[in-house]
Amino acid sequence: MVEKILLISLTLFAVSIAIALFRIIKGPSMPDRAVALDMIGVNLISMIAIISIVLKTKAFLEAILILGILAFISTIAISKYIERGAIIEHKSDN
Amino acid sequence: MTVIANILIIATISFGTIFILVTAIGLIRLPDAFSRAHAASKSATLGVMSILLGVFLHFWLIEGHFNSRILLGIAFLFITGPVGGHMMGRAAYLSGVKLSDQTVRDDLADVIKKKREKLQ
Repeated sequence: MVEKILLISLTLFAVSIAIALFRIIKGPSMPDRAVALDMIGVNLISMIAIISIVLKTKAFLEAILILGILAFISTIAISKYIERGAIIEHKSDN
Repeated sequence: MTVIANILIIATISFGTIFILVTAIGLIRLPDAFSRAHAASKSATLGVMSILLGVFLHFWLIEGHFNSRILLGIAFLFITGPVGGHMMGRAAYLSGVKLSDQTVRDDLADVIKKKREKLQ
């Protein structure tokens, strides 16, 4: 019973990633695509957590932290690039 | 005892799955980039926090292994999810993404106009 519910939730995550992929391909502006990529990162974190229950292993739990950090840093870098045209600024005014 | 633990785990994981599905529906249905960023930052963070809490409860109550990395991951996602959403909304506004037709007020436009006049 628990296994079945976990597999159903994995399927729903796959559907959700497919919807985000549709938004990445179609999205009218660059921030839309960045938001959808951020959501794919969140979905991957949830999928890894549930797969580690299904496979009964503790080896994948470090990957959750690493994926969280990578998703956050890439979102910040893309938004700085969209806003100013540079990721690391050299001027300090405003 | 195992039955109660299973009920807790399934309840939290189903709650998180429902919230992530709502996020996907919002990402495909909402009209402009700001409302889509609103959907993707808040409810996805709540959903993934709930799922990680369920996985933590599974490893703690059923396999007897207190895993502090999942708790660290929950705290990290709780801090960074809203920060990422805020940065993305600000970048979208300042790079000139159009608001939807149904928007009734836009308070930030006046502030940015005054600031640009002051700078020149």
